[in-house]
Amino acid sequence: MVPLVIGVGRPHCGDDSAGLEVARRLRTRAAETVAVVLADGEASSLMQAWAGQERVVIIDASASGSRPGTVRRFDAVREPLPSRRRATSTHGFGVVEAIEMARAMDLLPTSLIVYGIEGRSFDPGSDLSPEVVAVVDEVVARALEECEVENPGVRTA
Amino acid sequence: MSAAKGRRTIKVDALARVEGEGALLVKLKDGAVTDVKLRIYEPPRFFEGFLRGRRFSEAPDITARICGICPVAYQMSSVHAMEDALGITVGGSLRALRRLLYCGEWIESHVLHVAMLHAPDFLGYESAIHMAKDHPEAVARALEMKKVGNELVALLGGREIHPVNVRVGGFYRVPTRSELSPVAEHLKSARDAALEMTRWVAAFSFPDFEQDYEFVALRHPDEYPFCEGRLVSNRGLDIAAAEFEDHIQEEHVGHSNALHAVLRERGSYLVGPLARYNLNADRLSPLARDAAQEAGLGASCRNPFKSIIVRGVETVQACDEALRIIESYEPPDRPAVEVRPRAGRGHGWSEAPRGTLYHRYTLDAEGTILDARIVPPTSQNQKTIENDLWRFVPQVADLPDAELTLRCEQAIRNYDPCISCATHFLDLTVERE
Repeated sequence: MVPLVIGVGRPHCGDDSAGLEVARRLRTRAAETVAVVLADGEASSLMQAWAGQERVVIIDASASGSRPGTVRRFDAVREPLPSRRRATSTHGFGVVEAIEMARAMDLLPTSLIVYGIEGRSFDPGSDLSPEVVAVVDEVVARALEECEVENPGVRTA
Repeated sequence: MSAAKGRRTIKVDALARVEGEGALLVKLKDGAVTDVKLRIYEPPRFFEGFLRGRRFSEAPDITARICGICPVAYQMSSVHAMEDALGITVGGSLRALRRLLYCGEWIESHVLHVAMLHAPDFLGYESAIHMAKDHPEAVARALEMKKVGNELVALLGGREIHPVNVRVGGFYRVPTRSELSPVAEHLKSARDAALEMTRWVAAFSFPDFEQDYEFVALRHPDEYPFCEGRLVSNRGLDIAAAEFEDHIQEEHVGHSNALHAVLRERGSYLVGPLARYNLNADRLSPLARDAAQEAGLGASCRNPFKSIIVRGVETVQACDEALRIIESYEPPDRPAVEVRPRAGRGHGWSEAPRGTLYHRYTLDAEGTILDARIVPPTSQNQKTIENDLWRFVPQVADLPDAELTLRCEQAIRNYDPCISCATHFLDLTVERE
């Protein structure tokens, strides 16, 4: 089974599109070896996307207050993502809730790695910040490593 | 401490499992309620202000941004108001497609609220995630139904959230029959799942809480209401959209960033599934009517806690209606009727999943919006929610604070309030004296 990478985010909302940008680059570079999905983070669509998958990597922007461009890796099968959110709302039914819902229902993939790219700005109409642009290729490479797929971008470089 | 004696304050600073940001304060003295305030503190959104000066054609896309759960409702109310102002009527297949899109939103919104947000209250779980461990089949069923709702909205609206394919006069692109036929198969499964969901929630236990409401909803000669009809009530209201502001007044109250809407003649009223059911049960499809009967709803239902059952019935209705529309669908000749700007004033409304949503626009000769008025369902229900709490809290005042708080939140969630829409929602405080 081909590994699946899910890029989560919203276009035109600054660094919120970081996950989408990583997914787009993966699609260009490794379309043959990795399945790529772009998602807006809605929980049921995410659970649907990873249903029945073995190896899944999610790339999403984060807003934890740390330095913009910081890349963090989480093993979501081993433990829940750290989240400050205290309860679910219709607003907040996203990646964190989808993972916990799937865990409760025994619907997690065999492997689920989440990369968070810390954003600087999520303002509508803005582009990716330079700090995030600077780490996009690094996350592409790390996602391919997770998928145990040789990185064509690195090979030609 | 003794729950019944002395002063108690129940305070929820951020209500969970509702759309948007709000709070609740309940004060009690010796078990009697002395104050109830539903405080909507989400900042005002100013949508009516920044619609001014925009083109008439922009209203559906701008107002869709008011809500991530019911963007279709905003699009439908806005296009109907604009078409009223511009003197055009959209009929035939285009009208049917609008209803089909609305079915998708009802399915998405109702399933989310019934299974993920409200059911945990009845079953004693903190959230749907906690509930999912013990009730995986109910959650899986809900996710399947929501998927079908998403599929409909994505196909007709261009994408699942904040659809972009609706325009004044119709659509930018209409689907082919072959694009719709696979959705029909999924809708049949969703309809069975909706029947199961309705049976599931009908077996919950409900507080004895029958209230004497004025129910307000659209009513259409032949259809369960979506976008058309007169606004009627069980106390004689029967008006056209142009008369809405003659009968319904919005009032500012100090504790809320959402205006309270009242009937000028009689005060508070209730919009949403319970009102629609009480006024339109005879317009349900035979299958939805059977589901209501099996669930024990009867000809009328005055218990707001049972709105969760009505949402189940309306999900059956939406699946059934969507299937009916797809089966008889003939693609229209053009994706939209021609629209020419002109000066005028237009009124439109539709039944959002949580109740009637009214729009009014004034346009100049070039089609520029001079002013806009939007009255969302949650602002219309605010006073009724507070009234419910005045009456409900004494029934449960003996409970310890934590449980009393949960009961209050459950009572608010009866209304599936959309605070983001209304701010123009929820944290909870109960004070006991």
